[in-house]
Amino acid sequence: MGDVVRLSLFVSLTAVAIASAIAIPLASFVSVSRFRGRNILVALIYTGFALPPVVVGLFVYMLLSRSGPLGGLDLLFTPTAMILSQAIISFPYVLGVSLAAIEAIPAEVVLQARALGASRWRAIYTRLREARFGIVASVVAGFGAAISEVGSVLLVGGNVQGETRVLTGTIMLETRRGNFGPAIAMGLILLGLVFMVNAALMFLSKSGSTPRAREGQR
Amino acid sequence: MRQPGAVVLECEGLRRRYNGTTVVDVDHLELRTGEVLAVLGPNGSGKSTLFRLLMLLEHADEGAIRLNGRQIKVGDREALARMAGVFQRPYLFSGTVQGNIEYGLKGIEPAIRRARVERVLEELSLSALAGADVRALSGGEAQRVALARALVLEPDVLLLDEPTATLDVTIQRRFREDLGRVARRRARAVLLITHDAADAFALADRIAVMQRGRIVQLGTPEQLVLDPRTPFVAAFTGAELLLDGHVSALDDGLAQVRVGSGSLWCTLAPETTVALGQPVHVAYRPEDVALSRPGVHGTSARNTIDLRVVGIAPAGGLVRVSLTGGIGLVTSITRLSAQNLNIELGSEITAHLKVAALRVFESGEAK
Repeated sequence: MGDVVRLSLFVSLTAVAIASAIAIPLASFVSVSRFRGRNILVALIYTGFALPPVVVGLFVYMLLSRSGPLGGLDLLFTPTAMILSQAIISFPYVLGVSLAAIEAIPAEVVLQARALGASRWRAIYTRLREARFGIVASVVAGFGAAISEVGSVLLVGGNVQGETRVLTGTIMLETRRGNFGPAIAMGLILLGLVFMVNAALMFLSKSGSTPRAREGQR
Repeated sequence: MRQPGAVVLECEGLRRRYNGTTVVDVDHLELRTGEVLAVLGPNGSGKSTLFRLLMLLEHADEGAIRLNGRQIKVGDREALARMAGVFQRPYLFSGTVQGNIEYGLKGIEPAIRRARVERVLEELSLSALAGADVRALSGGEAQRVALARALVLEPDVLLLDEPTATLDVTIQRRFREDLGRVARRRARAVLLITHDAADAFALADRIAVMQRGRIVQLGTPEQLVLDPRTPFVAAFTGAELLLDGHVSALDDGLAQVRVGSGSLWCTLAPETTVALGQPVHVAYRPEDVALSRPGVHGTSARNTIDLRVVGIAPAGGLVRVSLTGGIGLVTSITRLSAQNLNIELGSEITAHLKVAALRVFESGEAK
């Protein structure tokens, strides 16, 4: 039971950390870039919200299976495979929500920072800092999508007891066995975990200072 | 006007085009130590683009910008460290007033930083708000914080882009006073971009009037009022224009212009030559039109016209009176004068205009 909770947290937190490490800088880049096909790219990012976890699982499975391009790494049915698929699932959430959050902060904030002598990087960081609540919300959304999915972890993890069994897999198994009590208990634990992680992230983002660049009164 | 000092910031042949349209086309502009130079123009005249070019926030297509004699361009950190910009909207960063004011002082020794922040907070009456969250500020306070955040850097050049545009009238006045008082002390030179002639006239030593990307006249506020070079400059600095005139007589630097069914003796604008019958524009300032009870003639003004009141519009402490009868004129008089003259719709009145108050322009000159 403790192992299942620990593994669930480890897999999903690692997955969302990897997704965030790529998605947040990418969102920052997209927010200041103007190129052909940008609108299509943004539409594709939001389409990623509807990506079925089981399809992602299938894709990762094919990638890691013995005949797949990464088959030699022998990662199928390991926590690493589960992290990979959950990172892919949470990626569009982190990217899409943080992009919307950054774009809600006027680009002029960057110009204003530069007009006070800030370097280019510090100016970009200033805009990200102004958007931090939205960026944390994107991580929260990504984490929720990762820890609550079952399709891909079952496919690429195999739900092996003591090795790749996570909370959602356990709920699935217990329900099939007709053990509704333990299944419901696991469900509540899952919700409690998500709540605690979200609360911790929100607390971290608030300790600092206050939200949003003030634009003044029109 | 103060004695101009050394050139701090200057640009030469500066051009910027968007989609084939030239939005900034400035042959030469220089800002000198100790002066406030206003760039005055209507919306769309290219002044905000000029601000971004000079602030090194945007690349120019052509031309050079020099700071203290050294050519500078986008990405020049050393130059950016010597300039500071204030935008139309304050764009305060989340946190406290003090945190915002310290933003640009990174890398400066803490004791010096504290002293500078305290001094600028005091100068702009912000000391009591130092610890306040920026979300709790009014619009005027927020813009003062934005000004303090730039002035604390003690820049060689302070550039301001329409800093009063988002403020209401009473707060605008306070902000102008603060700006006029503190900016000269904390910045070596100030460039103020504005569409508001009141800003420019209240603060600037020199004003550059910008129209369609070009500077059409550069001079002291007095020069712009007394000697506007084009009808556009005249109109933009508060003059009224009569557009349908024809020259009916000429007499030693003066021209009699037939406007509507009346006529006016006017001064020719410098370097303006007109011929009899030529279509011209006439510019005058409403405050230069004196009124008297009907039939009072024989004043020193060469133009005395009997007219009828067709419009009365209060404008602050003054009253704007529209008159017609051969010529349509507008005048600004005090409420007391309006009362003494019994001005009401339809009443008869006599208007007096000195020749020097009327300026003739060839009608081909861009309005």
